[in-house]
Amino acid sequence: MNISQSSSLGRDAWVRLRANRMAMVSLSLLVAISFVSLFGPLLSSYSYDQQNLDHIFKSPDSTHLFGTDNLGRDLFARTTYGGRISLAVGLLATLVSLIIGVTYGMLSGYAGGRIDSWMMRFVDVLYSLPFIIFVILLMVIFGRNFLLLFLAIGAVEWLTMARITRAQTLHLKNAEFIEAARALGYSHARILFRHLLPNLIGPIIIYSTLTVPAVMLLEAVLSFLGLGVQAPMSSWGSLIKEGAEKMDAAPWLLFFPGSFFCLTLFALNFLGDGLRDALDPKSSKD
Amino acid sequence: MTRLIVSRILQAVPTLWVIATLTFFMTRYAPGGPFDAERAIPEEIKVKLERHFGLDQPLLDQYILYLQNLLRGDLGPSFKYPEWEVSELIATAFPVSLTLGVLSLLVALLIGIPAGMIAALRRNSWMDYLPMSLSMAGICLPTFVLGPLLIFALSTKLGVFPPLGWYGPSDWVLPSLTLGLFYAAYIARLTRAGMLETLQQDYVRTARAKGASSWRILSRHAARGGLLPVLTFMGPAFAGLISGSFVIESIFFIPGLGKFFVTAAFNRDYTMVLGTVLFYATLIIILNLLVDLLQAWLDPKSRKEK
Amino acid sequence: MQSPKDLFFPTFLLRLFLIWTCLWVLLACSQPTNVETALEEQILHFGLGSEPQNLDPHLATSVAAHNILSALLEGLVSEDPKTLKPKPGVAQSWAISEDGKIYTFKLRKNGQWSNGDPVTAHDFVYSFRRMLNPNLGAQYASMLYPLKNAKSFHQGVKSWEHAKVGAKALDDHTLRLTLENPIPYFLELLNHFSWFPVHQPTIEHFEAYEKIGSAWTKPGNFVGNGPFLLTNHRINSVIEVKKNQHYWDAKTVRLNGIRFYPIEAVYTEERAYRSGFLHLTQSVSADRIEFLRKKHPDELHYEPYLGTYFYRFNLKAPPFDDQRVREAFSLAIDRQRLVDKVLKGGQSPATSFTPPGTGGFMPVSKFRYDPESAKALLHSYLQEKGMDRLPPIELTYNTSEGHKKVAEALHGMWKNVLGVEIRLLNMEWKVFLSTVAKGEFTLARAGWIGDYIDPHTFLHMWRTDEGLNMTGWGNQTYDEALRRAEISNSEQERWQNFQTCENLLAEEFPILPLYFYVHLTLRHPTVKGWYPTLLDHHPYKYVYLAKEEGR
Repeated sequence: MNISQSSSLGRDAWVRLRANRMAMVSLSLLVAISFVSLFGPLLSSYSYDQQNLDHIFKSPDSTHLFGTDNLGRDLFARTTYGGRISLAVGLLATLVSLIIGVTYGMLSGYAGGRIDSWMMRFVDVLYSLPFIIFVILLMVIFGRNFLLLFLAIGAVEWLTMARITRAQTLHLKNAEFIEAARALGYSHARILFRHLLPNLIGPIIIYSTLTVPAVMLLEAVLSFLGLGVQAPMSSWGSLIKEGAEKMDAAPWLLFFPGSFFCLTLFALNFLGDGLRDALDPKSSKD
Repeated sequence: MTRLIVSRILQAVPTLWVIATLTFFMTRYAPGGPFDAERAIPEEIKVKLERHFGLDQPLLDQYILYLQNLLRGDLGPSFKYPEWEVSELIATAFPVSLTLGVLSLLVALLIGIPAGMIAALRRNSWMDYLPMSLSMAGICLPTFVLGPLLIFALSTKLGVFPPLGWYGPSDWVLPSLTLGLFYAAYIARLTRAGMLETLQQDYVRTARAKGASSWRILSRHAARGGLLPVLTFMGPAFAGLISGSFVIESIFFIPGLGKFFVTAAFNRDYTMVLGTVLFYATLIIILNLLVDLLQAWLDPKSRKEK
Repeated sequence: MQSPKDLFFPTFLLRLFLIWTCLWVLLACSQPTNVETALEEQILHFGLGSEPQNLDPHLATSVAAHNILSALLEGLVSEDPKTLKPKPGVAQSWAISEDGKIYTFKLRKNGQWSNGDPVTAHDFVYSFRRMLNPNLGAQYASMLYPLKNAKSFHQGVKSWEHAKVGAKALDDHTLRLTLENPIPYFLELLNHFSWFPVHQPTIEHFEAYEKIGSAWTKPGNFVGNGPFLLTNHRINSVIEVKKNQHYWDAKTVRLNGIRFYPIEAVYTEERAYRSGFLHLTQSVSADRIEFLRKKHPDELHYEPYLGTYFYRFNLKAPPFDDQRVREAFSLAIDRQRLVDKVLKGGQSPATSFTPPGTGGFMPVSKFRYDPESAKALLHSYLQEKGMDRLPPIELTYNTSEGHKKVAEALHGMWKNVLGVEIRLLNMEWKVFLSTVAKGEFTLARAGWIGDYIDPHTFLHMWRTDEGLNMTGWGNQTYDEALRRAEISNSEQERWQNFQTCENLLAEEFPILPLYFYVHLTLRHPTVKGWYPTLLDHHPYKYVYLAKEEGR
């Protein structure tokens, strides 16, 4: 099946991805959003924390493109500034949880038997520990380090990823192509990463794109506990949370950060679908 | 199959013990105690309170005492609400969360699985794009946005459903929709991904080549492997659903379990934190076992290995 | 094995789902709201804000508990619904000795517990003894310290028999209370729940004399002497009370019952109000004021509230160990602007620590806004220390929308006027409390709500050895002035001493008063007999529901 073609997998995938119009549109959109987030705060004549108590809750107009918030701060500046944090946290933390979760899940499923069972009980333990107390303790021990944010998010988000990967691994480990690879005497590492992984890619990518929004919103919860983003800094998660509370009085406070959040998710999702198709070892047969 | 169940039950005991131990010491080392308040309590009264709740004993003794009580099924009284036993609080709140969780799960499955299957079967047509876009919209609207929106539309404007509370069946609709739609979005996407994966497997292709109808392929063959990711996701997700959701409960003012998970930690209500954590852990263990059993049933191949 | 075919047949499922939805819609349609049915039933639907921790008056600590307990129990005196001045309660009349230290209460003969037992002077003595019993560990026990020798009994120095606490039942219906010092506001104090009586046989039946947390406060067990009876308590859901026929003044009580809903989320509570689920809310979010003022102008009420919002400086560490920096920080704040532009809820700027008019005391305003002097003061400090600018200052607060908003606004003001970089640190509540108590802060948010209408409830905090102080500030002149106010029986002398205290606070700046609280609430026009009061007490027996006149 796909044994011989792995070396050119990357290049083939890119060719296939480029042919996918939806994915390419999404990719450019993501680049555009990142660009606006990186340079938007510089383009704006207001900074994210500059207050004007005489211009509170102004609806969008030519001076304040996205309107202003409860302290008269420019929402465009706050949204784009928040984008930096949310994109960084969302993508990085997801990547971390992806790497840990997939590796752990594959190993557990592939090893099987007693090792698998105890590895999964460890996951059960982590599922159950009280998250709030865990985060508070992290801060007590390590102080208010920004990196802790990734640790805290990583600690919860990889669990379901690991279980999904494990289930798929169990499902595929006795498939003919894996047995063939085993019969050929390939090493476990090679079987795992060359043969098994490409076949798991679909659910993994989908679940990753689902993890990104969860992470971005989790960031807002953590900032409630004092970890990560501190006022007056902003992030999409916290802007959306505050906007939701004022949506009938000042709908723009929800609309703009929400739209950025949504566009990012749509783009990520279609890109994810495209990637899935591009990386699918079976699709070349069609 | 029986062996699997028996061995998992045997594993559950040390697992729960590890969880109880870690949680016990984690809560104790978190700063602040159950009796801290803005109006600081005089030291001599704090000492009395701590003696009353046994907090003056050495930590290790407290831990051993807790485990002994736990073995007898006694979770102790809540520190924050001393008039109530932890088990009593869980017992009153759990039925509420269970009802809400099961209803939400129904909403999620009844919408999510068909949507994901249709999308996978009619790939790259409008029957794929429409449900998938809707599901993305579902993910873009977190429950704290969707909930108030639904209340505004269906309650404030149309007056069809009550805006909050948990007194009768009509109160169940909005919260279970809010929570269910969110999970439906996840399920639809996972179903579609899983289905696409299996639709390309050789046995499904063979079935198709033999001229089996799409519905037959779907239900007999593809659904089995295709639902795996959803199934695995549903284990912990369902445990999460029936142990309550803090956000939904505070939006709709529902006396469920979710609130206790959060407030117990904030109040440093030691016994309550332990009680809820152990309850949740038990649910997780049971549901993950169920998922593994279902998986083995859906996917006989993975059973071979035993 | 059953054929899974049907399971995945979408149209079948779709139909099932439609039927299921329709059923619910039918079930739900056209129910009248709580507020509509209440006119007939005379049931008040009350937003309680939070679940009371405890319904035992000797162990309760919260405003929520007060709101329930004042329905279930009655103290020696009751309150006038408008002024909160003492009116006869369990006591029909009382006499005060010349020196203001001996109160003799005549209890009414027809006072009854809800099970029919008579309410006697012995019940009060028993209750005070339980409250002060060192083994109970009541958090508010010090509320009873005005009683002679109460402190030495409570601190375990002497037994009840030897302590001779100043509470004595002369006969079944005569109670004599002897005070340590004359306290002009003593009768008002009696309306705090810590002075309420409990039913001795019930406490003994549940062995609750020395026990925290027993079943005597559950519905069916609770025996009270107030205008209402506890009938239902579902945690985080509802607490219901109904009219008590055994209450001596039952003819005045017009409500048939009250339902208290502990809705914690302010936005949820507001939605509940706006959809006719509640008659009144416990609070209103600051960001919603403008919107609500437009939508419900007659229903949004701003009521004065006895509380001060302030920040604590930490005097034990630089830069706030230097008085000039503290003063500069205070002078740089435009409190009027904070109130008008940021809070917008009718709060008033705090130019003193004690809210003006507390018990009749009018403190002279001392905390000013003067950016130029602020700059000069900071400049002189920086020059002396040889610094260009202050290092970033950490401002610690507990996470909440409201606190964040104030902190952000001050962040802006200090940055503009003093060019100081402020770093906001939000913390979860218990972490915040332990951080402040340990003195690990530079500048920290705080608030104080008065327990009784007298400046003492505010000014005692800044005594040198007071546990609530936590700033590291101490001043002997202050302590002495406070002590003199405590033992004095003359209003003029007390006001003078309190003013001395206020002056010292405004000269040495251990704290930064920001604004005086307002109680913001939404209240339905059909609620009658409800008046704004300083302590947010509303004697329920005068409350009733009626249609608006002229409509």
